[in-house]
Amino acid sequence: MAKRVGIETSLAVSEVAAACDVDVVAAYPITPQTHIVEHLADLVANGELDAEYIPVESEHSAMSACLGSVAAGARTFTATAGQGLELMHEVLFVASAMRLPVIMAVANRAVSSPLSVWGDHSDVMAARDVGWIQIFVENGQEAVDNTICAFKMGEDHNVLLPVMVNLDGFHLSHMIEPIIIPEKEEIRRFLPPFDYPLPLHPDKPVAMGDFAPPVIFTEAKWAQEVNLQKSYDTILRIWKEFGDQFGRYYKPVEEYCTEGADTLLLTMGSFSETAMTAVDSLREKGKKVGLIRIRLWRPFPFEELRKAVDGTKTLIVFDRAISTGGPGGPVASEVKAALYNLPRKPLVVGFVGGLGGRDVTREGFEEIILQGEEIARNGSPNEYEIYGVRE
Amino acid sequence: MIGQSVYVPRLLPELESLAPGHRACIGCGEVLAMRQAFKAIGRDAIVVNATGCMEIIASQLPYTSWRLPWIHTLFENTAAVASGVEAGLKAMYRKGRYSRPDTKIVAVAGDGGTVDIGLQALSGALERGHNLLYICFDNEGYMNTGIQRSSATPYGASTTTSPAGKESIGQFSWKKDLPGIAVAHRIPYVATACPSYPVDLIEKVKKGVDTRGPAYIHIFSGCPTGWGCATNLTVRLGRLAVETGIFPLYEVENGKYTMSYKPEKLRPITDYMKPQRRFRHLTDDAVEMIEKRVAVEYYKLLEKAECQK
Ligand SMILES: Cc1ncc(C[n+]2csc(CCOP(=O)(O)OP(=O)(O)O)c2C)c(N)n1
Ligand code: SF4
Ligand SMILES: [Mg+2]
Repeated sequence: MAKRVGIETSLAVSEVAAACDVDVVAAYPITPQTHIVEHLADLVANGELDAEYIPVESEHSAMSACLGSVAAGARTFTATAGQGLELMHEVLFVASAMRLPVIMAVANRAVSSPLSVWGDHSDVMAARDVGWIQIFVENGQEAVDNTICAFKMGEDHNVLLPVMVNLDGFHLSHMIEPIIIPEKEEIRRFLPPFDYPLPLHPDKPVAMGDFAPPVIFTEAKWAQEVNLQKSYDTILRIWKEFGDQFGRYYKPVEEYCTEGADTLLLTMGSFSETAMTAVDSLREKGKKVGLIRIRLWRPFPFEELRKAVDGTKTLIVFDRAISTGGPGGPVASEVKAALYNLPRKPLVVGFVGGLGGRDVTREGFEEIILQGEEIARNGSPNEYEIYGVRE
Repeated sequence: MIGQSVYVPRLLPELESLAPGHRACIGCGEVLAMRQAFKAIGRDAIVVNATGCMEIIASQLPYTSWRLPWIHTLFENTAAVASGVEAGLKAMYRKGRYSRPDTKIVAVAGDGGTVDIGLQALSGALERGHNLLYICFDNEGYMNTGIQRSSATPYGASTTTSPAGKESIGQFSWKKDLPGIAVAHRIPYVATACPSYPVDLIEKVKKGVDTRGPAYIHIFSGCPTGWGCATNLTVRLGRLAVETGIFPLYEVENGKYTMSYKPEKLRPITDYMKPQRRFRHLTDDAVEMIEKRVAVEYYKLLEKAECQK
């Protein structure tokens, strides 16, 4: 049985990617992802991981090399953050459209300028529409568990899609936590070997990545969309299988103290654990508040979200990114869109905060919840609120 | 090699990896070069193709001209994708999940995809020492997108983004020496070739794919559409480019330069330039200046080959 050990989340993610027996790692260093790729390089250098490590010259090439190795049929892992994810941008679309299940950890980071190595969700929100399965995790254990699940989800023959596991830069990537890293044998029982159905192989030539004239393009894109939507059921099945074997269960929308809540706070990522303590504190003071967290960002969990907020009066959405010049937080606008046509729905109040590594404390979340309720009662001249900004 | 033309069809391997029916223009030198190159490569190969003419002409859904496993993803990342294919096969072979020890990884791209936007990825792949062959089909411009300049466009050529005009000579910079840049990576094999010399081209491609480690072959490929010349002149213009010293044929094996062909005397460059619309605006003075520089560059190269003998 695997033991619980104190380990930095980044290193744990590398350990578990190695335990998943990856064939190829192609990666480029960037804070706060660096420890992941450094540790993988170590594991290969020490002979603990039998893989090809490609120290590429950029993230664009990192993701491009990943396309090549998956197309050849090799299990492939990479990691990035911030600027690196943006430099990959063009290639991310290709990975999903060509059904190449690259598995990637993103240690979420702000995007320049001003330069910031610290965490927020601007990087992944700009990559929202690239067609990947996107999961958010809240602590080191979840990062480890979901990295294992990501391989099984992405490589499933009904899915064959790349998967991004988002773990907050520094707040999570650099945190030393007690984490259970499953043994290789246990992982082997859970995760079958990668068997890409139509790899590049001289015995059976395939053409991958042809160009599509207008008579075919719409159909190609629609097929991709249907496939990503349908991956939902497989994702749920795999989380269930994981839970049954390892005892830790995951859901697309996680709930905390939602029973009888008039007000719900919605968060994503590692700040959720702080938000829980804020909910505890307000509950102690007699307030009927709860928390929901979106774990599965793509494909978007419409039904689960609608169910989770049913009967709530106020829904306060906390975003760690701004859609500049637009409706504020990207999560808030998607949540609003998902609820808008319902006959019975909560009022949605959007907050943006935690940008570029700015912390939000328990007291901070309490303040956000109380201010959100106040706005629900009396309105606000703003489309959304920015939390903690100094004028 | 000169004077063998009549025997050429009988000397070349029969294998065709690129099926007819593709959509290249009449007289396309790139597709001719690609056909020749793949005669040498055989069937135990995987092709990684950059966006550009050679991708677009052979791969319109739901058809393909390729009889080899083939992948295209983007314009500038071909060398990186090829690196990934190579690494993937290597790892799987070692772990017993892939059975062929010698599958050739061949990256093909145009000059734009190589000397400009793809240079970084190419440099990375060469420097890391992947076991692959990278072939650049150089038609001296971005032809697929409508004849724009690249940094491989020769000085003075008029293109849609370096148009000749009252204030412009056309292309304002000298052709980038990409084979030289490849050599600077100290890779085991670099060569230049031209489909007007098919036996030479095929021999070089054979050497290239049999090289352990990275190999780079730069193939001068005529483009009647982009150059504004008659469609039956592609092969002749290739020969003239070599005979004028504009595009010398040579090999660099582990740093050692060898000329593949040395004309007794360089022909006047007007023989090469006259039939092409892209040079038509050049004055005699400009042509003379270009000719001088061509000679300087040619003799510099010759000297490199001579002094290494
Ligand atoms: C990132 C990006 N920028 C621009 C383009 C547009 N584009 C496609 S092919 C091409 C030119 C290709 O030129 P070259 O590589 O020389 O190949 P050729 O068509 O001449 O054979 C350009 C500019 C693109 N596909 N991707
Ligand atoms: S534009 Fe030039 S390179 Fe492209 S297919 Fe036509 S002749 Fe060939
Ligand atoms: Mg070109």
